[in-house]
Amino acid sequence: MAGNSNEKRPLLAYGSIALAVVLFAIGSYIGLFVAPPEHFMGEVQRIMYVHVPTAWVALVTLLWAFVSALGFLFLRKWKWDSRMEASIEVGVLLSFLLCMQGSIWAKPTWGVWWDWDPRLTTTAVMLFAFIGILALRRFVEDPVRRATWSAVATIVAFADVPIVYFSVKWWNSLHQVQSTPQTVDSPMITPLRINAFAMLFLMMGLVGLRTRLAARRLENELAPPLPERETETRAIAAGGEA
Amino acid sequence: MRQLLAATHKDLLLSWRSRAQASAVMVFGATTLLLFSFAVGPNAAALRQNAGGFLWVALLLSSTLSLAESYRAEIEQRALEGLVLLPASPRSLFYGKAIANWLQLLLVGIGLVPVMVVLYDPGTENLLALVGVLAMGTAALSAPGTLYAAMASQARAQQVLLPLLLFPLVVPVLLAAVKASSLLLLGDPMEQAGSWVMLLAAFNGIFWPLCGLLFGQVVEE
Repeated sequence: MAGNSNEKRPLLAYGSIALAVVLFAIGSYIGLFVAPPEHFMGEVQRIMYVHVPTAWVALVTLLWAFVSALGFLFLRKWKWDSRMEASIEVGVLLSFLLCMQGSIWAKPTWGVWWDWDPRLTTTAVMLFAFIGILALRRFVEDPVRRATWSAVATIVAFADVPIVYFSVKWWNSLHQVQSTPQTVDSPMITPLRINAFAMLFLMMGLVGLRTRLAARRLENELAPPLPERETETRAIAAGGEA
Repeated sequence: MRQLLAATHKDLLLSWRSRAQASAVMVFGATTLLLFSFAVGPNAAALRQNAGGFLWVALLLSSTLSLAESYRAEIEQRALEGLVLLPASPRSLFYGKAIANWLQLLLVGIGLVPVMVVLYDPGTENLLALVGVLAMGTAALSAPGTLYAAMASQARAQQVLLPLLLFPLVVPVLLAAVKASSLLLLGDPMEQAGSWVMLLAAFNGIFWPLCGLLFGQVVEE
């Protein structure tokens, strides 16, 4: 794809990622070396400084996907489709990381890799639901259909989240009670907050960059086929590229 | 209302005319039930304990076949485009198809109950109540299933796409239906089955209106 030279560079996204790196360095330093080890779990508990921010930000990202889906269905503007694509992808990445970190933390503390606890199970269900939506996007070529259908699927998946949570809660409940600033000791809050902001900025940077990429691809798809481009496509097709 | 009846009639007629297909789905479900016995081994106690779960997983797997099938004729003849062009609301189209799918799934479910009883030997005192749970659970499968099948049937890789979208969504349905069915089959000293049926009712109460509302977006462009 030919780069558009008069388009401005995504300085905001780069800046956000750079800020995230700095904050992660500070937060992780405090979390790993300054904060005291937890009384019962010991050093293992330090994974909390990435686990909890990942959980918060994953939720924010998928919430943004939901907002974008509504935005596309009601406003019918393509930029909402690009935002939805970007936030679902980053949300899936964060949810996957969340499940991995959770398993790493669960093995030494609970003695198992996995537990059928409401939050854990809901995260896994959400992860699979949104992977399904990414697959849907991949398997539909028509941009209008792809955007509308994935927006519909996102709204349906989001409506399902509270039901999944409560049904699993009734079904089986080992996760420690959610921590609030009142239940967490203050030397532990500082790195947690710093890392939460780091994760937030990282997410915003990634979503920003991915949104631009999605918008460019869409621009290419929606553009009327130019004669040169057609021959170009044919040349690629002849080269064996599907 | 008349549009809804006409649409339901059309879909039921369609599945009646391809009834060989529908009975094949039933046989598929029964085969799945048979396979679970091999997965567990000849352990009568374990089979009895999991009878409700096996029944619902078999039904869920069968549902992907019958849901996809309900759109095949529409897509093949490009009939869906014609239906959308009719001066009928897409909502009645959706509810017609969803009701037809529901009745078909319920029929498959009821057909699988004797197979389950013979193979796994659970208690049979509450079979009538079990039919009630089957009705609620299959309704909860068919509303989102009909919506997703509309998308999947028009996409590439449709066979894999429908379960990929539907299965995570219906986790609460599976959970509640399995719990309620197991309680009915194995005895329910605490009378908890009712609250699980309420959960199914809540799921239906949310997804039947929501999917009907969104269906118009899926078929119209």
